[in-house]
Amino acid sequence: MQKQSSFGLAKAVPAFLLLLLAVVPFAASYFEQPFYLAFFGRIIIYAIAATALNLALGYGGLVSLGHALFMGLGAYSVAIASFHEIDSGLAHLAITVAVCALVGLVTGAISLRTSGIAFIMITLAFGQMGYFVFVSLKQYGGDDGITISATSKLLGLDLGNTMTVYVVAFAVLLALLLWMARLRVSPFGMVLRGARENARRINAIGLPSKRYQLLAYVMSSVLCGISGILLANLNAFASPSNMAWMVSGDLIVMVVLGGIGSVFGPLLGVLAFLGLEEVIKGYTEHWMAIFGPLIVLVALLGKAGIVGVLEKFDDWRASRAVRIAPVAAQKQESAA
Amino acid sequence: MSFSLILSQLLNGLQFGVLLFLLAAGLTLVFGIMSFVNLAHGSLYMLGAYFAATAYNHTESFTVAVVAALAGCIVVGMALERLAVSRLYGRDHLDHVLATFGMMMFFNEAARMLWGPQPYFLPVPDMLSGTVDLLGISYPAYRFAIIVVGLLVAIGAHLLMHKTRLGMLIRAGSINPQMVGALGVNIKLLNAILFGLGAALAGLAGVMAGPILSVQVGMGEPVLITTLVVIVIGGIGSVSGALYAALIVGIVDTMGRAFLPMLLRDVMSREAATAAGPALASMLIYILMAVVLALRPQGLFPARRA
Amino acid sequence: MTSLLSTESLCKQYGALTVTDNVSIDVRPGEVHAVIGPNGAGKTTLINQLSGELRSDQGRVMFAGRDVTAMGIAERARLGLLRSYQITSIFEQFTVRENVMLAAIGAKEHAFRFWQPMLGRARFAAAVDEALRLTGLAPRAEALVDSLAYGERRQLELAMALAAKPKFLLLDEPMAGMSVQESSAVVELIQRLKGQYAILLVEHDMDAVFALADRISVLVYGKIIFTGTPDEIRAHPEVKAVYLGEEVA
Repeated sequence: MQKQSSFGLAKAVPAFLLLLLAVVPFAASYFEQPFYLAFFGRIIIYAIAATALNLALGYGGLVSLGHALFMGLGAYSVAIASFHEIDSGLAHLAITVAVCALVGLVTGAISLRTSGIAFIMITLAFGQMGYFVFVSLKQYGGDDGITISATSKLLGLDLGNTMTVYVVAFAVLLALLLWMARLRVSPFGMVLRGARENARRINAIGLPSKRYQLLAYVMSSVLCGISGILLANLNAFASPSNMAWMVSGDLIVMVVLGGIGSVFGPLLGVLAFLGLEEVIKGYTEHWMAIFGPLIVLVALLGKAGIVGVLEKFDDWRASRAVRIAPVAAQKQESAA
Repeated sequence: MSFSLILSQLLNGLQFGVLLFLLAAGLTLVFGIMSFVNLAHGSLYMLGAYFAATAYNHTESFTVAVVAALAGCIVVGMALERLAVSRLYGRDHLDHVLATFGMMMFFNEAARMLWGPQPYFLPVPDMLSGTVDLLGISYPAYRFAIIVVGLLVAIGAHLLMHKTRLGMLIRAGSINPQMVGALGVNIKLLNAILFGLGAALAGLAGVMAGPILSVQVGMGEPVLITTLVVIVIGGIGSVSGALYAALIVGIVDTMGRAFLPMLLRDVMSREAATAAGPALASMLIYILMAVVLALRPQGLFPARRA
Repeated sequence: MTSLLSTESLCKQYGALTVTDNVSIDVRPGEVHAVIGPNGAGKTTLINQLSGELRSDQGRVMFAGRDVTAMGIAERARLGLLRSYQITSIFEQFTVRENVMLAAIGAKEHAFRFWQPMLGRARFAAAVDEALRLTGLAPRAEALVDSLAYGERRQLELAMALAAKPKFLLLDEPMAGMSVQESSAVVELIQRLKGQYAILLVEHDMDAVFALADRISVLVYGKIIFTGTPDEIRAHPEVKAVYLGEEVA
């Protein structure tokens, strides 16, 4: 089988969806439906978080069940700074990057001493530790969370404004997706993806695989933290529930549902997950009773995700074209 | 800090540890033998409590409640195994995490649909509502009964594993699963029984915990995480490891929550201690797990593997 | 002549079992030194200690004048000591070219580059093309590895080692599972490499060993019982008794 290079559904569907997301702000203000602006804004922010997770999980093969910690750290960077009357977006960003990089480095270095289920467990443990720390910070709201009055001000823009945070988040998502596409076939990306499959061989060719995995984990943490900044501004609220382990689980589901290890998988997964949740909620409040088995089904059916389905369709069309072409040529000859 | 306070907290820790053991034993075996990560184990614990509460509401008999919990969980456990879990053996852990995460979601919502969001009441059985005198203190009879039951189950598990044919097959399966299958043992049935057994133990834990904690949706998740910590510390696949680790974790967690805030107030300012105390107490077992993984990644009492 | 790779009294035990028993072996520049021995003699364990994947209990490994005993496999690879695997260990998700390019880059530079495509690294294009040409994989360069035949995968194993422009090759049964034609292609390849590289070759295929080796060491129960030229090996009574069993024609 040769590699895909032609323009098929696998590229067209994400492109179309990104176009839709670009149109949402205009449609929302025209039809005066601000709910949808916030709804799709949330989708974009979770898409950033899921894409960040995909760097560690999909490219790197590192199953982190504690990545919501970094979303929470980003959210609290804004919340705590805002509590102390610091509303500079640049400051919020700097704090988030520093904190997430440090925490990512320490937790990643410790976690990478293990593998398999132990790795999953220890990332879960670190996530829980973070959760309990913020629950205990009573002066910053504790279990109830904390409202953010001084939202991030960046380059004259106020991210507390839903339209503004939507546009900024969308720009961040586009830049991130572009970089993930380049990263995938860059030396770093190839080494990471190789290490996921066969770390022993990566070491054997001269590259210490753990170092690359650690860097991927740290990068993933920082990017996730950035999604937290945006989430805090969208909600004007931060709470320990941002970093609950169920959220980490949701992020993993989104990445796998969309297509683990692909560029657009996480975006498609988030759209499907949050979109389906919203649709099912319209019919019954017990949407989790339908969603749960759906996730089980996804796990049972193998992990290529939505992107995998689109690629299969493209393969099928390509092989049909190859089979039809000689027959068509024959028909032409006999008609001549 | 009096002796009686320390002793009663120690006993509480033992009681918590014993409940953790019941959950950890099934989880670690399923993990060790079928290499299957089961995040839905907490749901079985919750179902056990709910089956018991419902049975009790209809019959006013705690005994019937226990039987209902065990039977119900065995059925649900074996059904899960046959329908979904067995199709996932041999896949990588991410698939297991995903599938059991979905199961957990389903069970939580199904419980909410069947029993409603408000907590259910399962009272302490009359026979055990008093206290017992232990080493000079008065300790609740029910909690003491839990410790006794748990230790009996541990002894029973040991006898099962080392003195019966089934136990021998299970032990062989944990050392070399493929070989056991190749020797003509009905490995599918063995796996289903194993899963059902683990589910029954989880259900038993749920019944026993019911009167102490409340029976409500989502009660399984916090306990599940602690159980996962236990099996990692104990060593995956090792039932004896699960016992020792469960007792250690139970005691450390209970005593930590009871005494750490107090101790911290002696070394730091009151405000710092009030904030740090509970947080540190919650984190204690995770710190313990991280240390164990850093120094001895195979666990403290690992099972021997071929 | 100083050796490029040598070991001094290498020992490795697993509990009561001594798998590597005081092995002192050396390979000179440009030499093909074959290691033969019955199954279970400890050949793979020895190779793993030479490549750096296994820590010896005692003894030293010297490479290019340096003591590399404490170095891991990645470090040794960067020094030019490369190995291929008996059980093929390549990257199934990538194409042939991508596999070889990874190997070429890994030995020579770091991979902390995040934007430009890996295949565009012109510095390694020549090494990659030559490795593909030598192993006959050039026509399959763009194919995904999971579509390769078994023999082609073994060739890819070799290509990856070659693309790294090593000083020394540890070849662990390169002809394992190959047909007669495929084996003779590999023998031809190694003949062409002789002189350019120093090679330690572990093989069961006796025709190949006697055709290629400058020297042969015989490993039995973890101990080297004899090292000599192919003729000396053929004539050595103990070797014949222990391993060859009967006269080799």
